[in-house]
Amino acid sequence: MTAAQPTAGVSPLDLLGVDHLLGEDERDIQDTVRRFVDDRVRPHLADWYESGLDGGAARELAREAGALGLMGMHLDGYGCAGTNAVSYGLACMELEAGDSGVRSLVSVQGSLAMYAIRTFGSEEQKQRWLPGMAEGSLIGCFGLTEPDFGSNPAGMRTRARRDGDDWVLDGTKMWITNGSIADVAVVWARIEDPADGDGQGAVRGFLVPAGTPGFTAGEVTRKLSLRASVTSELVLDGVRLPADAVLPEVASLRGPLSCLNEARFGITFGALGAARDCLHTAVDYARSREVFDRPLASFQLTQAKLADMTLELQKGFLLAMHLGRLKDAGDVEPRQVSLGKLNNVREALDIARECRTILGASGITLEYPALRHANNLESVLTYEGTSEVHQLVVGQALTGESAFT
Amino acid sequence: MKIVALVKHVPDATAERTFDDADHTTDRTGVDGLLSELDEYAIESALTVADGGDAEVVALTMGPSGAADAIKKALQMGADSGVHISDDALHGSDAPATARVLAAALRRIGDVDLVLTGMASTDGGMSVVPAMLAEHLDLAHVGFVGEFSVDDGTVRCRRDGDTASESVEAALPAIVSVTDQINEPRYPSFKGIMAAKKKPVETLSLADLDIDPSTVGLAAATSVVDEVTKRPERTQGEIVTDEGDGGTRLVEYLAAQKFV
Ligand SMILES: Cc1cc2nc3c(=O)[nH]c(=O)nc-3n(C[C@H](O)[C@H](O)[C@H](O)COP(=O)(O)OP(=O)(O)OC[C@H]3O[C@@H](n4cnc5c(N)ncnc54)[C@H](O)[C@@H]3O)c2cc1C
Repeated sequence: MTAAQPTAGVSPLDLLGVDHLLGEDERDIQDTVRRFVDDRVRPHLADWYESGLDGGAARELAREAGALGLMGMHLDGYGCAGTNAVSYGLACMELEAGDSGVRSLVSVQGSLAMYAIRTFGSEEQKQRWLPGMAEGSLIGCFGLTEPDFGSNPAGMRTRARRDGDDWVLDGTKMWITNGSIADVAVVWARIEDPADGDGQGAVRGFLVPAGTPGFTAGEVTRKLSLRASVTSELVLDGVRLPADAVLPEVASLRGPLSCLNEARFGITFGALGAARDCLHTAVDYARSREVFDRPLASFQLTQAKLADMTLELQKGFLLAMHLGRLKDAGDVEPRQVSLGKLNNVREALDIARECRTILGASGITLEYPALRHANNLESVLTYEGTSEVHQLVVGQALTGESAFT
Repeated sequence: MKIVALVKHVPDATAERTFDDADHTTDRTGVDGLLSELDEYAIESALTVADGGDAEVVALTMGPSGAADAIKKALQMGADSGVHISDDALHGSDAPATARVLAAALRRIGDVDLVLTGMASTDGGMSVVPAMLAEHLDLAHVGFVGEFSVDDGTVRCRRDGDTASESVEAALPAIVSVTDQINEPRYPSFKGIMAAKKKPVETLSLADLDIDPSTVGLAAATSVVDEVTKRPERTQGEIVTDEGDGGTRLVEYLAAQKFV
């Protein structure tokens, strides 16, 4: 039997027609990334997930992404494409419809490493690093989290001290995306001695080129999530850097936190890509899978699931678009981005899990994307501020009470 | 050096395509159109030549207003300018008329050194327009080209046949049709997407090209489509359960279908 067609003329997952909110360039950029993901990413995903993304494949992917303009796409100058924020969000969504790990490669490069250099770097630092990073021929990472300090980066133990004109760094950074394939690490460290400048406890960013003596990066293996992404531990053991390795334009946690706010914005869109990919798969599957002699899609319980998930997906997109338009108008607040990240990642994870139920046993394999996305979204829920941390940000905005400590 | 890439806007081959009930031309309503995929190879070839030296790339299309999308895509990929021939009288034009119109446009563009085309359009699939165009312009045409280089007023091509490849040279200006094996077309870059809107696109009517409307279009076509029939629905196929005679029954089936 052939199943009835869904309502003609609407993209099945866009019942609200939210597509109309996009401008022509935004749509063309989204289409291009979607095609790139279908052609160049999707065919490899099961392998990357099964065996982990190796350095060679990551570098090639970075170069291909760079050629498209994905790396640092919403930044201006130095070889960056200079798109608006909405386009950046849409690109994240399409990349994450492939895999959160691939989106992570691009967000860390653009929103964390390149954004830090673009915003807080000297002219020489920008010239030295950004064009190659925009091309994807150089990879960057961003080291803030430490083994004992994740949600509370203010507690960081990595130290920087002056020795003559040089800086010397000691400490360990953990869970660093792209760490062991990076050509340059943006490392945040606390100044040990107030006499070294900027007063007591200043946090400074340092550009640490790969291969600097005392600097090593080891890959975290045996992950159950974000396997198509390189995650590493950075060890800094008396790493000596020249005076011009420090990012001159910021001397507090505001530096790394503003970078995180950029990446988080992208995730607000990105997570929806993963959810859309799951939902798309679940709808197709439910329409062709017969249970009790009828298509799974014809059961009310299934339809209720699909309807609720579609509603959350579309609401999430409206939320993301709203933040995108605010950001392009120049006035998005960090707590607004917190609302977006909190909602969209949480809902995306719920959608991925619910879709997995529709797929039954098939849903636990790499033939279908649902569990891969769900596992990935566990990382996305945790990094760039955990859900709990974003709840605390929102709670503080509502009550005026800080409940972090 | 001036290179013109011929591009065609075609209905999306992955969607269900239909013919207009009234005149049996391709029905473009309700189907997304896009740049014929095979033309992307021609654009990529043109851009590769341009990347390696000093060349200007013009994308030329003939088609209804939606065909502007094909030009846009070529500009996003990196072409410098576009020319769009659009005229209601062109509706239903056949290959000879298309070739005549494109020839007139190429003359008007002027000083063209190299014309690049795909090996066929993904909708019509006749592969005759480039050769007809060459006749009109009195230029050499090299088809099924899997590799070429331009040097010193000459284009050197490898023409890929079923059993052998030939090396063919032609003096410029010439027309070269490239296969889908020649390269991997680039994606439009984001910079390209944003820059495309600022690139010049000239829209030409038949009057601009001094072509009498009565010599083109459906009425002037040299062949007529009398009737169209939908391809039959794909049937379920036949399942042979092996009861010891499976092999024999397979051969019988293949023989009945005249495969063996
Ligand atoms: C795959 C992956 C990639 C990553 N990439 C990077 C990277 O590139 N760069 C980088 O710097 N970091 C990176 N991280 C680290 C990430 O940012 C941290 O994991 C995150 O900040 C949480 O820190 P934690 O893991 O130490 O958890 P903890 O901070 O120990 O939190 C554990 C639990 O306690 C909760 N919690 C913490 N504080 C509070 C509180 N005050 N009230 C209530 N609950 C609280 C948290 O929400 C969480 O549920 C990555 C992580 C992962 C998983």
